[in-house]
Amino acid sequence: MSSQRPSGWYAVPAFAFFGVFAALPMVLVVYLSFTTWDGLSTPAFNGVDNWTRLIQDGEAHASVGRTLLLMVVSWLVQTPIALLIGVWAAGKQWSRAVLSSIFFLPLLLSTAAIALLWQVLLDPNFGAFIGGPLFLGDTDIAIYTVVFVISWQYIPFHTLLYQGAARAIPASLYEASIIDGAGRLGRFWNITLPQLRYTIVTSSVLMLVGSLTTFDTVLILTGGGPGTATRILPLHMYITGFSGFEMGYASTIAVVLVVLGTALSVAVMRWSGFRSMSSQQEGS
Amino acid sequence: MKTRPNWPAGLFAVAWLVIVLGPLVYLVTVSLRTRSEYLGKSAWSIPEKLTLENYGTVLTGGFGQYLLNNVIVTVATVAIVVVVAVPCAYAVVRSTGKFVQRGFTLLLIGLAIPAQATIIPIYLLITRMRLYDTLTAIILPTAAFALPVAMLVLTNSLRDVPRELYEAQAIDGAGPLRVLVSLVLPLARPAITTVGVYTALNAWNGFLFPLVLTQSESSRVLTLGLYDFRGQFTTNVPALLAAVTLSVLPIFVVYLIGRRFLLSGLTAGFGK
Repeated sequence: MSSQRPSGWYAVPAFAFFGVFAALPMVLVVYLSFTTWDGLSTPAFNGVDNWTRLIQDGEAHASVGRTLLLMVVSWLVQTPIALLIGVWAAGKQWSRAVLSSIFFLPLLLSTAAIALLWQVLLDPNFGAFIGGPLFLGDTDIAIYTVVFVISWQYIPFHTLLYQGAARAIPASLYEASIIDGAGRLGRFWNITLPQLRYTIVTSSVLMLVGSLTTFDTVLILTGGGPGTATRILPLHMYITGFSGFEMGYASTIAVVLVVLGTALSVAVMRWSGFRSMSSQQEGS
Repeated sequence: MKTRPNWPAGLFAVAWLVIVLGPLVYLVTVSLRTRSEYLGKSAWSIPEKLTLENYGTVLTGGFGQYLLNNVIVTVATVAIVVVVAVPCAYAVVRSTGKFVQRGFTLLLIGLAIPAQATIIPIYLLITRMRLYDTLTAIILPTAAFALPVAMLVLTNSLRDVPRELYEAQAIDGAGPLRVLVSLVLPLARPAITTVGVYTALNAWNGFLFPLVLTQSESSRVLTLGLYDFRGQFTTNVPALLAAVTLSVLPIFVVYLIGRRFLLSGLTAGFGK
């Protein structure tokens, strides 16, 4: 029987491909973080220079702070809205089905399209809110405007996750609680929320990692401005590397991004008492 | 189970409808306005006359080339992912070899790698491979970063195939290749569809790889084309929004035809 099993060769193309274009770059980025490189010549080893520079780089620290702010506020805005709409849309009424198919429309637009649309909409001279606040031009408001646009784009996706999960909750649980005299709020609190806890974790991880690596929205919408008010970490890396031609130092910033992302995923899993992402996914 | 109407939730849903639909209505109506009317009138006033002129401006401005490039990138990426991931998933599910299982674990760790963090070494690799400014430069890394999710979805689906089916094939004298073609491929079809949709959407909407790995007009894709249109049309916003609308149109048509596949593809592999 064992001769009928596929040989390891069946797996080689995929592994090789992933190895060259995803795993190898991960190793290379660590190496490059110890070099000076302008993007054209050969990278030259310079020890821990980039790392000592990073420790003193106030702009890099500020961009980490902005990234964390963006992550926290995005999560606080997106989670409750996506959860409520998802649970609502899981109902069987035709009106909910029609409305929820409209709710998913932003999923069809690319990030570039969404960022351009909102930039035009929020234009202070010709946009839809003339005379309103300078949504993209005010250093205090711009980052919240970014959060709003990101939420507009991604809430539909998370709604979809919650809708699917809410539909999978056994109806018998609700029937039993109605017999016990539970009200609508009681049912939501005692049945729906606990049943959705794994979905909340999955959605939160995706949301937080997503906000950590937000790039195209901010590049197009504000370019990091006004001033440096929306220059978050990935954008700081991009500008340092591809506009400032300091690829070595930009790699150092990229390593910070990887560390933050990994720490974040691990922390969310631990905090939620959830062993591994893959084990839940295998159960689906 | 009887349900009373849930008024607060309904109101909330309608409010959300306005937030979602408002900008989209704005997008389409402004793209149909004349330039002078856009500059001279409030955004929410009823347009006096509608024009398709903006769409003409966009279509004569290289849009066809960008669209073609996008189609090439998307089709090639999906083809690579399906061709390498399906045999690999078959091996992961059926093989007991350590090499295969360890490789699979490594690949799943890749789920957590943010593509941004690797963009500089990928730029290094692509320039050293002399692929810079080609469509291949976009296709290869896009496909590589689609592999972890693809493998997750495919292995989940193949694990549900009863062992007896494989054994029956073996008794019939079928080798691994025949099992792959006559058993795995048909059974994995829904999963392959999901992987295809997910990969296609990512490739279609990709921005960072094209931004960093291509340069010239001839290798420009749609998302980047939009970004450039902004520079060209700073004074012609209706034309810019016509370009945005045109970029959404192909996906919208696909959505109307295959709504079910698209939605299941979007949430692929993210559990219950």
